[in-house]
Amino acid sequence: MADLQQSPEKREFIAKSKEFWNPGKTQAWQDMGVDLVIDRREGYLLWDMDGRRLIDLHLNGGTYNIGHRHPELIEVLNRGMQRFDMGNHHFPNMGRTALAERLARICGGDMHYTMYASGGAEAIDIALKTARHATQRRKIVSIVNAYHGHTGLAVAAGADRFKKIFLSDQPEDFVHVPFNDLNTMEDALKGKDVACLIMETIPATYGFPMPLPGYLAEVKKLCERYGALYVADEVQTGLMRCGEMWGYQRYGIQPDIMVTGKGISGGMYPIACVVVREPYAGWLKQDGFAHMSTMGGAELGCLVAMKTLEILERPMMKPMVNYISETFRNGLHEIMRLYPSFFVGIRQCGLVMGLEFDFPEGAKPVMKHLYENGVWAIFSTLDPRVLQFKPGVLMTADLCAEVLERVERAVGLAYAECMGSGKRGYRAA
Amino acid sequence: MTAIVEEILAGEKRATGTADLMLQMAEWAAAAFARFDRARVEKIARAAADAAYAHAGELAEAAVKETGFGVAAHKKIKNELTSRGLFDLYSKDDYCSARIKAELKMVELPRPAGIVFALTPSTNPVCSVYYKVLMALMTRNAIILSPHPMAKNCSIRAAKLMVEAAEKAGAPIGIIQIIEQPNLPLIEYVMKSPRVGVILATGGTPMVRAAYSSGNPAIGVGPGNAPALVDDNANLNEAAKRIVTSKSFDNSILCTNESVVLAVESIADRLLQALKSAGAYVAKPEEVSALRELLFGMGTFNIAVLGKSAVEIAGMANIRVPSNTQIILTEIDRVGIDEPLSKEKLCPVLGFLRVPHADAGITQARALIRLSGAGHSAAIHSKNAATILKYGAAVKALRVAVNAPCSLGAAGYGTHLAPAFTIGTGFFGSSSIGENVGPQHLVNWTRIAYNDDPKEAFGEFGGLDANTGGPALALGLEAPITLGRLQEGADAAQDPLPQPQSNVGNASEINIMREEIRRMVLEELRGALRS
Repeated sequence: MADLQQSPEKREFIAKSKEFWNPGKTQAWQDMGVDLVIDRREGYLLWDMDGRRLIDLHLNGGTYNIGHRHPELIEVLNRGMQRFDMGNHHFPNMGRTALAERLARICGGDMHYTMYASGGAEAIDIALKTARHATQRRKIVSIVNAYHGHTGLAVAAGADRFKKIFLSDQPEDFVHVPFNDLNTMEDALKGKDVACLIMETIPATYGFPMPLPGYLAEVKKLCERYGALYVADEVQTGLMRCGEMWGYQRYGIQPDIMVTGKGISGGMYPIACVVVREPYAGWLKQDGFAHMSTMGGAELGCLVAMKTLEILERPMMKPMVNYISETFRNGLHEIMRLYPSFFVGIRQCGLVMGLEFDFPEGAKPVMKHLYENGVWAIFSTLDPRVLQFKPGVLMTADLCAEVLERVERAVGLAYAECMGSGKRGYRAA
Repeated sequence: MTAIVEEILAGEKRATGTADLMLQMAEWAAAAFARFDRARVEKIARAAADAAYAHAGELAEAAVKETGFGVAAHKKIKNELTSRGLFDLYSKDDYCSARIKAELKMVELPRPAGIVFALTPSTNPVCSVYYKVLMALMTRNAIILSPHPMAKNCSIRAAKLMVEAAEKAGAPIGIIQIIEQPNLPLIEYVMKSPRVGVILATGGTPMVRAAYSSGNPAIGVGPGNAPALVDDNANLNEAAKRIVTSKSFDNSILCTNESVVLAVESIADRLLQALKSAGAYVAKPEEVSALRELLFGMGTFNIAVLGKSAVEIAGMANIRVPSNTQIILTEIDRVGIDEPLSKEKLCPVLGFLRVPHADAGITQARALIRLSGAGHSAAIHSKNAATILKYGAAVKALRVAVNAPCSLGAAGYGTHLAPAFTIGTGFFGSSSIGENVGPQHLVNWTRIAYNDDPKEAFGEFGGLDANTGGPALALGLEAPITLGRLQEGADAAQDPLPQPQSNVGNASEINIMREEIRRMVLEELRGALRS
């Protein structure tokens, strides 16, 4: 870090992190100019262990959708702990049943049963197993460079990046097709041997490429035609982030299985859920012990998840998401006008946003300058021209204005850094 | 859900968390609304006023049914006056545009309060909602209403129909909101919120005091207790009719109603006769005792008689009165702490005190207001300008209705006072405002002031618009979906750029245009996806 002073305590801590926790990852962040060690956190603000304040636009993939340490979640967890703990997963359980009932109401139709996990990847595994049981087929279709987590089936459905290293690819059962390409999708499904298609409604780690208009609806039709289930990975797109409770609602489709994680935990107690249409949840009746998890659907997590959903269902929430996403779109457009050759586009579905920088790995210097200017947002691992820009659903007008000010400054600095040599044109305004 | 789970989820922070969301949404709405021009604002306010007016009668009945207070026909009049009446009156004024004062080398820019937090009473529920919402809309403020719990349902209905009309006319979403489950801790929480711009408090003294101690700017008003002095030169028949009309209007539920008639001895008997002819029943001494017991037997004013008709109250006190009785007169021999009937009475029971001459009447009027009602209202029926002036200077009231019914007269109907249901009681009554509250109280002005040296020329401000330029306004209508430019297939679907902020385009027209572009793009893409 050239510009930021590091305390001796922090230097010592980072060394320790390399020694005991994860040397590769710790070093990689230092190399990218991000020496963040998060200490205190509140709402959408983080404080680095050296006391620097950062506005959180990463939210750990939407985990902190309603902010860090939301007071209502702290309260419900405290109250819950006066009576409950994780619970015994073998038995009927008040928390799990109540949350399942609420999810059935929120999802509507015959989205009826909820299966529980302690994290998103585990939930994806449950979803894929459920689809295999329901269809009695093995094959899973997913999107090229997709990301669904790191457990057995989830990692196999994802990009090579995370499975080859562990020899965890399963090419015979997992087929990958390009996003936004209906012909290849149809080719993959038409053998009628596919249990399910799994996709994030908007692929996050891939830099939020947006489904082209009509794409998802056509994909769903193809699934129906060839007897494959449609599994919507709503871990990053659900929970009002797209402007509706679930991202798929914005595209007018109804999945057969839906996975929600990250944000549903409120960032307070790990939990992830799989909601399944009634006809495809057959294993629950055939052999209810077939899948189980001690920590999955821990009762305290269920309470936190219910409170999170209660907050997100309040009638002001939708207009608020509209206001925040309109404000960022309008404000970012003003910044685009200043650097039209560099900041070229905004991929957006509500608060799920990807800012496009037309320069190889252009999002990395933007991330670095944002970090130095008090905003934490992360580039897209699989498309580093795109900065993931993920404001929370409860952001205030003042905080949005502050973010826009800081983004304007950081983009200007990144532009100067990338284009400063004059190779790529001049600052337009 | 089991009761145990529901109990865990129902923490104390549920209500305050919901209130925070309301405040946050109001903040967004207010930010956009503050940049609307006058024509857009007028369209929105007119739509809300029209919707309110159309439901004036229906909601008057709903209010009486829900609270048991007042007279539906009178409430309908108030609802009409505070909807279209209020709009017509204030739409002449401009609280949205810059004022260029070249002679003073000054430009004044209106700056709304932001969020108005308004408490509305049970006694005048619907008209207070109408009045406060319209004042907020005309000054480009967001408003959050907290209705009195006794009048919750009719207040919510009144607010919602204005919300619907205002949003349809282009208001930012969330510009009018109402707390559906009001309670004291929640109200105090909102009052103290740093997001609130100003509190408009109407209600009991504790509520008004709470507003003032919240730390936020507040416009709160105290209770009334209006004396009505009838001078020996007054037109007695007219005075009697006006007093009876006023005291019986909406069963005396307006805080501007007359509390005690102070009659100069020489005309007192004739005035009593005239009052009788106008519909007053004069209670016999033992009936006065019964009424004193009924109204104040419990120490404080008996809420069971609040806003009830004279005939109903007579029934409660076992007094036989003619069925056409409009008000009940109770003759008293003093005003003061030892005569409860000289306190504020929000019901058609009127005190009657004989005074030897007008000066004594003025002294008694001062005494009455010392008891309660400081800074509020007073009435006088007289032809003597000197007495009227003396009375006005002596009584600690900030409005004195002359030869008029006080209920409506002091509230600005039938006089040239500003029509209002929030009556500023000023410094006498521990309030920040001494006038009848109007829209002008919900807006501040930024004053751009030039050097007065003639060498420094004043700028050319004519034709400039303070709100042009900058990003397009967020109105809370829709979360955008756009493709960007770097992803494959996106070129075919270039995102339409949002229109920069200007007052020329109307938001809904821009949306229609965007919708049209989106539709065309969609069709083109259907082909592209398959190719």
